[in-house]
Amino acid sequence: MTDALPDALTELVDDFNELAAQDRLQLLLELSDELPELPDRYEGHLDELERVDECQTPLFLAVEVEPAGDPHGTVRLFFNAPPESPTTRGFAGILHTGLDGQTVDTVLAVPDDIPFKFGLGEAVSPLRLRGMVAMLGRIKRQLRDQVLT
Amino acid sequence: MSAPLDSNPSFAAYAHPERLVSTQWLADQLAAGSPDLVVLESDEDVLLYDSGHIPGALKLDWHLDLNDPVTRDYVDGQGFAKVMSERGIGPDTTVVLYGDKSNWWAAYALWVMTLFGHQDVRLLDGGRAAWVAEGRELTRDVPTATPATYPVTERDDSAIRAFREDALQHIGKPMVDVRSPGEYAGELLSIPGYPQEGAVRGGHIPGAKSVPWGRAAAEDGRFKTREELEAIYQQEKGLSSGDDVVVYCRIGERSSHTWFVLTHLLGFEKVRNYDGSWTEWGNSVRVPVAAGPEE
Repeated sequence: MTDALPDALTELVDDFNELAAQDRLQLLLELSDELPELPDRYEGHLDELERVDECQTPLFLAVEVEPAGDPHGTVRLFFNAPPESPTTRGFAGILHTGLDGQTVDTVLAVPDDIPFKFGLGEAVSPLRLRGMVAMLGRIKRQLRDQVLT
Repeated sequence: MSAPLDSNPSFAAYAHPERLVSTQWLADQLAAGSPDLVVLESDEDVLLYDSGHIPGALKLDWHLDLNDPVTRDYVDGQGFAKVMSERGIGPDTTVVLYGDKSNWWAAYALWVMTLFGHQDVRLLDGGRAAWVAEGRELTRDVPTATPATYPVTERDDSAIRAFREDALQHIGKPMVDVRSPGEYAGELLSIPGYPQEGAVRGGHIPGAKSVPWGRAAAEDGRFKTREELEAIYQQEKGLSSGDDVVVYCRIGERSSHTWFVLTHLLGFEKVRNYDGSWTEWGNSVRVPVAAGPEE
């Protein structure tokens, strides 16, 4: 099932699934705590980031490819969400840990239903997972836009 | 034995001041170790409690604890008794609820607890944001509750809950739609910035007045004064406290906030929350829908 996934994401899927439902929330909280700050060049420029409206709280997302436009380049992800939204930050943390630094091809090959593979449905409710589905969708769309044009 | 009432003079004008507590009152009770008081945090964000909460507070999640996991309904009497007893709550325990988003979900939890007839359940005025804004302590320590005995009580949906059929029969009588003006008009199918919760038609129930829930809250998230609230619901919208009123929103959470305002702050005698709300109505075949702004 997880053959096509980058190792970092596979590890996270395994880590979550090895835990009891309540402990999965703790891991999600750790990922929320560890979500990196935006780099200085984005500070004060939230309007240049993409807003993911499907999240319950505004989440801003930037996707970069190094070298720019290279369809086999390295993906860099940047997120911004307030500390009052730890679930949204945790979802962003999963995607950051699992996908940042991977190649464009690898990220584009991640299945769209991956948010449902962490066993979080019973811990946070399936409805809340839609935010992560939307984040992944935006990341992939931005990548496709960036490498094709 | 229940906890003492908060005699805060700013609550005195409300119809049921015993339903509110202030941040200072709560801090004092916690410091004094008030017996038979349980504080519950109920948030939209399922991790917010875990990221830091009022010391001694326990978590009550609307989705995981209060909703039935299969049927679109609340837990039954047995399920509710379990949720309460696990948190050390007995039938006479004073429960103080607070949460994010100006207490949307806390008010929702209070409404659900009222369906089960819990007597002494109060809201922390201003919710989590007020506590945080005052620089009061938050902790990640999760207390261990000593399980209490909570009787299995049948949920009574008749007095304060409305179903689709009730709402259908209520057309022409006082009804309040508490969603945003865009949702009311039918221009938006969900709240901007929220998950699309799938209504295939936009608009409102014909005849419903539009009073977005947030109009009841002051800038700091606390409730407006009784005078200010009367100016909105009574004078501007023409409701009166003897009216039979149905309130609704998208899934019943924002309308719980308005239900609390009408019932406990303004003393309306018959207010029912239609929790099926727009996610049910906007998907129902052949129910009347009105679009456009309020006339």
